[in-house]
Amino acid sequence: MGATSYRAETKRVLTPVSKRKKRIPYIIAYGVLGVTTLPVILMYLWLLLRSFFEQMKYGFIPVHFTLENWQFLWSSVEHGGSSLPSIWTATWNSFVFSGTLTILEVIIGVMAGYALARIEFPGRQALMKTTLLLHAFPSIALLIAVYYILNFMGLFDSLFGVVLVKTALQIPMTAWIVKGFFDDVPWDVEWAGLIDGCSRLKVWFTIVLPLIKPGIAAVSIFSFLSGWSEFLLLYTFILSDGNVTLSSYLQRLISDPNLVNYGLLSAVSLFYMLPVLLFFIFTQKSLMQVSVGGGKRV
Amino acid sequence: MKIELKNICKSFNKKTNTIDNLSLTIEDGEFVALLGPSGCGKSTTMLMIAGIYKPDSGEIYFEDQLVNDLEPKDRNIGMVFQSYALYPHMTVLDNIAFPLKQQKVPKEERIKRAKQVAEMVQLEHLLDRKPSELSGGQQQRVALARAIVKKPKVLLLDEPMSNLDARLKIEMREEISRIQKELGITTILVTHDQEEAMTMADRIAVMKEGKIIQYSTPMELYKYPKDYFVAQFIGTPPMNFLKGKLSNRRLHLQNMTIELDREFLNFHGGEADVNVGIRPHDLKLGNSGDILFKGTVNMVEPIGHSQIVNVKICNEQVRFFVEPNTKMEYGREIEISADISAIHLFDAVTGRNLKNVHESQRQVKEYSFHSQE
Ligand SMILES: Nc1ncnc2c1ncn2[C@@H]1O[C@H](COP(=O)(O)OP(=O)(O)OP(=O)(O)O)[C@@H](O)[C@H]1O
Ligand SMILES: [Mg+2]
Repeated sequence: MGATSYRAETKRVLTPVSKRKKRIPYIIAYGVLGVTTLPVILMYLWLLLRSFFEQMKYGFIPVHFTLENWQFLWSSVEHGGSSLPSIWTATWNSFVFSGTLTILEVIIGVMAGYALARIEFPGRQALMKTTLLLHAFPSIALLIAVYYILNFMGLFDSLFGVVLVKTALQIPMTAWIVKGFFDDVPWDVEWAGLIDGCSRLKVWFTIVLPLIKPGIAAVSIFSFLSGWSEFLLLYTFILSDGNVTLSSYLQRLISDPNLVNYGLLSAVSLFYMLPVLLFFIFTQKSLMQVSVGGGKRV
Repeated sequence: MKIELKNICKSFNKKTNTIDNLSLTIEDGEFVALLGPSGCGKSTTMLMIAGIYKPDSGEIYFEDQLVNDLEPKDRNIGMVFQSYALYPHMTVLDNIAFPLKQQKVPKEERIKRAKQVAEMVQLEHLLDRKPSELSGGQQQRVALARAIVKKPKVLLLDEPMSNLDARLKIEMREEISRIQKELGITTILVTHDQEEAMTMADRIAVMKEGKIIQYSTPMELYKYPKDYFVAQFIGTPPMNFLKGKLSNRRLHLQNMTIELDREFLNFHGGEADVNVGIRPHDLKLGNSGDILFKGTVNMVEPIGHSQIVNVKICNEQVRFFVEPNTKMEYGREIEISADISAIHLFDAVTGRNLKNVHESQRQVKEYSFHSQE
């Protein structure tokens, strides 16, 4: 990094023309990226404007500022003749769902990842090969079987039941990611811990886990986000209003195509996105800094 | 603590034995060096003593107690890993104090002792750094400090000084020797530096392909290498070898025939191709010795207190030392000579040293006063 910036500096002093030339590839790259991402950006912009205005003339000119669409935050909402559950119940449920999912997934995933990375046991290779296949399994293909199982266990229409299903589907990928992080921890460091007087378990907690902290952070973030955006399983297996989550709440707003209130829909959608945005802003640093090391640098 | 390895075998791939029926006894408080080419199983041996690897067969005893199944943490060992294996998430001070923390030494004493050891390895100014912010040699010294801080009963050093500069190396060497003697720690040192092995160790074990070829004192190893492998491995510059032929007690070397004493040889008749070994130190300029060679100077390497001269004799090359102020020109014809008593004979097929043990041991006593390396 130091070297390149140094080079850039000297270039600037010597030949100002070549600097502009050097920029051309960047301009092209940003231009292409800008044009291709424009539709996405415009969509979000539309969403934002729509939620704060009464209507959009010709579909895109906002008319008459209002906060009416955001009323769902403090009063209950009537939609299509029936009243919807409180948004706060849904929010709370979404948090509970994603939080429990994250905790379960991290605990199980970290232990499974360690076993895959370090412990020789029969069937390890086969397990690793099939792991990714498992992840590729579409959850929609499993819905009926899962329904029977949940019903049998008395976990139908319970958030915890869906958490278990989702965890099971996510574990292979999580374990796989975590395994990569454990692979990067040198054996020697673990051995040094054993020789310095730790038990196997203590080495794991005091030396190995701190070294894969970035991995744990990344996996937690991914699983929280995937829990937050989960829809299919929740929609299928949760019926009662008390257990509704934000994604199902949104679904209810668009269930009847004739009765869609676009202002309300936009506002709720934005509300649904907000935690994800905040979460991402606060955690992106740990997502980016992924490095384990400390051995011999030759 | 006395360490005894009995018939240890260890294999990583079920086909070949990495460690092949190895037996080794290290007395209480003894300093043993393991010497051998890369990949011969030195680190593996160390890790088995530490309890990290379990031998496939054979026994390891500490003080006559079988420890095959003893956990590493209960063995009271300090170890420097070849790769240092520092804890990347801890500062230097925490790294050094870590073994003490596991022994539940109170915090204040822990820090005091860690600082003392850090001072010994000249790291007292770097205590707050993380390992990734240190140079290779500094990391190595942290590893050394961490290994000795708890005053272990056994110290395993896997190339602990490979990354230090010459001056620091000598200082660390002295420091390790001092601590080792003071506390009577049984120590095993793996090194590629023979000088290090020769100066520090009480005994040296020369390994090759998972076996111990010779295990004896540095002087004996130097004076009486059991076979060709040891001979070419020990000593810098390495021993010179010339091809020869032995028929009964007659040695044909170059175009000379040398009659050998019956006492001298441990060889019973017949003919054999041999490698004749002569240490560079035993070759002298001029014709004062028993065996005379004529050759041309091929290369001269001044090393300060002396010069190493590479001489071409027929199609073979030998190295020897001359005084620094002797003028040596490339291509010059010179005469060099050696005493018969100084030569070693190795069977070209088996590698066995054909010289008689008693004979050479007698010489060790006789010549030891002027053979200081
Ligand atoms: N964990 C392992 N799995 C498979 N093979 C191994 C393992 N550890 C060592 N080996 C093999 O065993 C042999 C001995 O290795 P070892 O590390 O003991 O050599 P060494 O004498 O320490 O060499 P060096 O001087 O290069 O450190 C090598 O051929 C190596 O490839
Ligand atoms: Mg090694």
